[in-house]
Amino acid sequence: MSDGFRIKGGRIDRAKPISFSFDGTVYRGYEGDTLASALLANGVHLMGRSFKYHRPRGVLAAGAEEPNALVTVTRGGGRSTPNLRATQVELYEGLQAESQNRFSSLGFDIGEINDLAGPLLGAGFYYKTFMQPKGAWAKLYEPLIRRAAGLGEAPRHPDPDHYANRFAHCDVLVAGGGPAGLAAALAAAQSGARVILADEQNEFGGSLLAETTATIDDQPAQDWVRATIAALNAMPHVTLLPRTTVFGYFQQNFLGLVERVTDHQAAPPSAVARERLWQVRAKEVVLATGAIERPLVFAGNDRPGVMLASAARIFCNRYGVLVGRRVILFTADDSAYAAALDLFRAGATIMAIADLRTNPTGPGVDAARAAKLPVMPGTVIIAAHGRLRADGVTLGAIGEDGAVRAAGDLPCDALLMAGGFTPTVHLFSQSRGKLTYDEARQMFIPGTSVQRERSAGGAKGTFALAAILAEGHAAGRDAAQKAGFTSEAHVAPQAKGDIPVAGGFVGAVPQPKGGVKGKAFVDFQNDVKATDIIAATQEGFRSIEHVKRYTTTGMATDQGKTSNMNALAIAADALDRPLPQVGLTTFRMPYTPVTFGSIAGHARGDLFDPVRQTPIHGWADEQGAAFENVGLWKRAWYFAKPGETMHEAVVRECMTVRRAAGLFDASTLGKIEVVGPDAAEFLNRLYTNPFSKLEVGRCRYGLMLNEAGFVMDDGVIGRLATDRFHVTMTTGGAPRVLAHMEDYLQTEFTDLKVWLTSTTEQWAVIAVQGPRARAIIAPLVEGIDLSAEAMPHMSVKTGTICGVETRLFRVSFTGELGFEINVPSDYGRAVWDAVWAEARKHDVCAYGTEAMHVLRAEKGYIIVGQDTDGTVTPADLGMEWAIGKSKPDFVGKRSLSRSDLVKPNRPQLVGLRTADPGFVPDMGAQIVPVANPAPGSSAQGFVSSSYDSAVLGRSIVMGLVAGGRARMAETVFITRLDGAAAPATIVEPIFYDPDGERLHG
Amino acid sequence: MKFSALALLKQALSGEPWPEQWRSPEPKPAYDVVIVGAGGHGLATAYYLAKEHGLHNVAVIEKGWLGGGNTGRNTTIIRSNYLWEESQKLYEHAVKLWEGLSQELNYNVMYSPRGVMMLAHTEHDIQSAKRHIHANRLGGIDNEWLTPEEAQAFCPILNISRDIRYPILGAALQRRGGTARHDAVAWGYARGASALGVDIIQNCEVKGLRRAPSGAITGVETTKGFIGAKRVGVVAAGHTSVIMQMADVQMPLESYPLQALVSEPVKPVMPCVVMSNTIHAYMSQSDKGELVIGAGTDAYTSYSQTGGLHISAHTLDAICELFPVVRRMKMLRNWGGIVDVTPDRSPIIGKTPVEGLFVNCGWGTGGFKATPGSGHVFAWTLAKGEPHPINAPFSLDRFRTGRLIDEAAAAAVAH
Repeated sequence: MSDGFRIKGGRIDRAKPISFSFDGTVYRGYEGDTLASALLANGVHLMGRSFKYHRPRGVLAAGAEEPNALVTVTRGGGRSTPNLRATQVELYEGLQAESQNRFSSLGFDIGEINDLAGPLLGAGFYYKTFMQPKGAWAKLYEPLIRRAAGLGEAPRHPDPDHYANRFAHCDVLVAGGGPAGLAAALAAAQSGARVILADEQNEFGGSLLAETTATIDDQPAQDWVRATIAALNAMPHVTLLPRTTVFGYFQQNFLGLVERVTDHQAAPPSAVARERLWQVRAKEVVLATGAIERPLVFAGNDRPGVMLASAARIFCNRYGVLVGRRVILFTADDSAYAAALDLFRAGATIMAIADLRTNPTGPGVDAARAAKLPVMPGTVIIAAHGRLRADGVTLGAIGEDGAVRAAGDLPCDALLMAGGFTPTVHLFSQSRGKLTYDEARQMFIPGTSVQRERSAGGAKGTFALAAILAEGHAAGRDAAQKAGFTSEAHVAPQAKGDIPVAGGFVGAVPQPKGGVKGKAFVDFQNDVKATDIIAATQEGFRSIEHVKRYTTTGMATDQGKTSNMNALAIAADALDRPLPQVGLTTFRMPYTPVTFGSIAGHARGDLFDPVRQTPIHGWADEQGAAFENVGLWKRAWYFAKPGETMHEAVVRECMTVRRAAGLFDASTLGKIEVVGPDAAEFLNRLYTNPFSKLEVGRCRYGLMLNEAGFVMDDGVIGRLATDRFHVTMTTGGAPRVLAHMEDYLQTEFTDLKVWLTSTTEQWAVIAVQGPRARAIIAPLVEGIDLSAEAMPHMSVKTGTICGVETRLFRVSFTGELGFEINVPSDYGRAVWDAVWAEARKHDVCAYGTEAMHVLRAEKGYIIVGQDTDGTVTPADLGMEWAIGKSKPDFVGKRSLSRSDLVKPNRPQLVGLRTADPGFVPDMGAQIVPVANPAPGSSAQGFVSSSYDSAVLGRSIVMGLVAGGRARMAETVFITRLDGAAAPATIVEPIFYDPDGERLHG
Repeated sequence: MKFSALALLKQALSGEPWPEQWRSPEPKPAYDVVIVGAGGHGLATAYYLAKEHGLHNVAVIEKGWLGGGNTGRNTTIIRSNYLWEESQKLYEHAVKLWEGLSQELNYNVMYSPRGVMMLAHTEHDIQSAKRHIHANRLGGIDNEWLTPEEAQAFCPILNISRDIRYPILGAALQRRGGTARHDAVAWGYARGASALGVDIIQNCEVKGLRRAPSGAITGVETTKGFIGAKRVGVVAAGHTSVIMQMADVQMPLESYPLQALVSEPVKPVMPCVVMSNTIHAYMSQSDKGELVIGAGTDAYTSYSQTGGLHISAHTLDAICELFPVVRRMKMLRNWGGIVDVTPDRSPIIGKTPVEGLFVNCGWGTGGFKATPGSGHVFAWTLAKGEPHPINAPFSLDRFRTGRLIDEAAAAAVAH
């Protein structure tokens, strides 16, 4: 196809033609084009379909505010991106874009039937129907509605691209690189401040990139832009970020930026991240985010070919594209005359300039009149006509009485709207700054700041170029100064010759009495009409938040950038209340949509969450261990030999430990070194057990409660010196326990002299458990008498093993004779290898966490978090013995005497002997009184631990059963998912070696 | 006017405007019951007070606009697969009401029982999920265990690769769980309550609670003046502590920001609700096509309705791991609410030490699902002065007796 609407000039590179396709048709564009500008150059206005009515839509705007022209861009390898604004898609060779939300083609969309059914589908219609019969919503109506809704298709394949993440600090962050932002950045940088200047577009300059008449410092505006960028580039303390949107303003001047790195490239190198998230802490911020032109609300204002005047001017001047040959303008703002003049000079016929104002004046009007353009004051467009492309309008004349009378039709192929500009206050509002309403100019502008920021230029409602530059310059200087940089005597850039924004209109355009046929849109993408907003107010929705939610105005992917003010004005008019009283909806992060991948960054796959590995991990891996995730840790779960199932491996490991011995990597065990003159007293207060009289060299089991009196953690605590304890805790609980201890130390027990140090990763822990344990380690240990007399169960000694310093604990979590060898982590693997070499002489094995669980359950040892669940007291566990009766206080003590915690029928830990020894209940199975309880029955408790015990040749089960300890020998039933509950007898929760003879060997 | 397809047609043909869905009256000098907070729970309470207890002289007063707090900010997940019997009864009561709510209110709240699937990533998760399933089945609540393959069949975009950091080891599915349209719930109850005579008074902030010499409540001081009340029910979510303080009642509540976000709308890709407590994320897709995503609260207490970017980042990390096809999609909108959290993560619904003052709060991150049930039993409590059997265990008193209902408990981290 020919690009017959391409004209001379613009910033595209004609030496670099580009071939691209839209809906399968191949077109030609140039480097520097957007998809929208290139399609318009080829005469293509129809680019999308609206959400609800599937109305044919063309491009409305030229930038981030575009609501209509949404496309899906695919580039192979699963790279499919829906809902991109054609006005922001930079053209590259081979670009493939598809239109969305149509069936079967953009020109013929069956969904357009909704447009005819429009009267039925007014605001909130779906709340009023689809209710009968009961259940039909989810089965019948919802699937239909869901299919019709949505815009593009979600990608079907995992995204092969990757995303980067950077953190940065700066003195001054300037959001927006138009005239205000450039002047601000320059002024701040000249003061010596570290500046980041970010702009969402591919090049800096903002509105100046489409400026034709203005001069700055006596040179054409675009030359000034070029010189300013060059000056900023030359300063090493300035970071220029084009294609970078400041999307979020968080607390403490923390801002989120997203940089689009490769989307504009035809063949991005795979090593380069597609997008980069910048998280910037700025001392000071300048918001130079500009302003967005408003459409005018009249019937047919959504026809393809109807667009914003500023957009038409940008397409003309920046991209060298004429949006039409016979152009009508409809304006309430002087700046539209600049567009008219530029299009006129580019060869378009200006059919009419309908100006809402009865007596428009200004440099633009004067220039247009001088050029003999048909200026029509006091004129409105009553309706635009045409379906797939606007082809004419009905004009209306505003009489002296204010009434509108039809004033004939006029043909056109483009209709430009200029309703004035809305300052882009999104970031200001996100920063929690308070907006004020400028009554005279009908706009919300930044009022009171909350954070260290200031606005400049269009974002503040300032529209004359000279004033914009002065304001930007002052803002940059002020920001630098507040960040500690004293400005040199630079002067603000001087400008003249522009046709500034002046005037504007909010709300629905005046219409002839009795109204007109056709739909007048406020929110284009979501198909919200002026009548919808009025209807919502009639239905009692009086807050603008209600109007927004009921009509969905402002909730489309453009977040109401072009629609919010008109919606508000129409609602205010309908409610007959002043506009500010109707309120403004909250501006939410992000300013424009941000790719999930950018926010997630590198946190994917192996980097999703840190992996913690013990020093012995590599050995276990070499042995073919299966690992399980426990918190961030990878723990060896079981060591299956070739051909062994998990069950067979666990049986072998358990039996080997009972028969000879086993080695277990207990390094993940949480450890905290508690040191200081008050260390024993601190532990007295944090644990239920008493520690004052614990002898040096001895250990004590410690039970930790939360304030509510429930078990929160446990572990063995060894006393190394009068003022030094080696405290251990559950693997998963370690961070929580340290936080708990620090919390109390810093806020409650400030009288105690105690220091806490997490030593979990400082010590590798090798557990040697089983009858042969002493024989295995004896040849390697020096300086410690290992005899049962010198080193009984629950003792700790220091010495060396294999020449390495060790804290050797005699402890057992298996019920067997056992030692836990603590050595500095760096020696962990070497000592493990040496112990393993010694152990092999005794025909032992390594065992994993699964066998550990079985072995401890055989002994009735609890695991906090499995046999307890945050609702269990020491008494529930039969562990009253762990409570120091003579201690005046400890955390949780007071709660233990609360009425519900001393009830006799509390769930208590018991053993459960299943009638069928082969039945291993699910952990979590419920305890019930009968085999077939009625649905809705109460449970008497649940199974907390359940395993197949090889040494006992049957299942072993522990559970918490209401009043269980007084119900020994009673039969209860354990629920199954595959049948009736199975009988079991309540027994003591200790199944193996109840007298502990093996433990003390 | 009754809503129906026929009514829509009539209105379309006549062009007559619809009547207002609720009245916006000025407050009367006094009411039998004043409810503080016009969120879903407060409005439902008013509706059931009028509908089931014949109390029509009722006002709901609201600082902002009705449904503008957590009702309008949450991710609309509905389920009843709770662990403890007390919770099961409460949330199942709500699910039963959800099932007929559109017809009850003549307002399409779009209850969509599309299934809520909760993922297990560790051995401990499996134990916890199985415990829930056993407990739920005993309680007469549907919940079933799915293998990873079955989970993927239910939600095709789920990544069940064994090679990811936290592979999916299975899932618990409650098929009757799902979603509803949050705004419609508030509006439907408001319309229903208003039609039954309840005054809904928006933009009316409580400034104080007036009490008789006996200590009993006599009414509320508001920005629209004093409003007398025989009974006052406080249903103010994150700001409950502030209001209760006016009657010198200290609440065991902490308020945290909770964030949520939606993607741009796309065609249907996500048929159900998927939650992962272990890697902190959940997702569903709205009828409009937006992916609705949430996670846990921010780490620190705050009344600011904005959260940190790092919280959203962690949520999206998890979402992209679970559903790799969405990585190229975009966050459209992110927002925060203030959730009121109790020490045992279960709500408080019932009497207070002050005569005539009742409270319904502490719903934490999951109150939306309970809206009809909560309103129903709280209306009973306000009408009779005593709790309904379902909310009796959820008393404020339990923090004194120790009879907690700790739903976070079974999610404790394993050894």
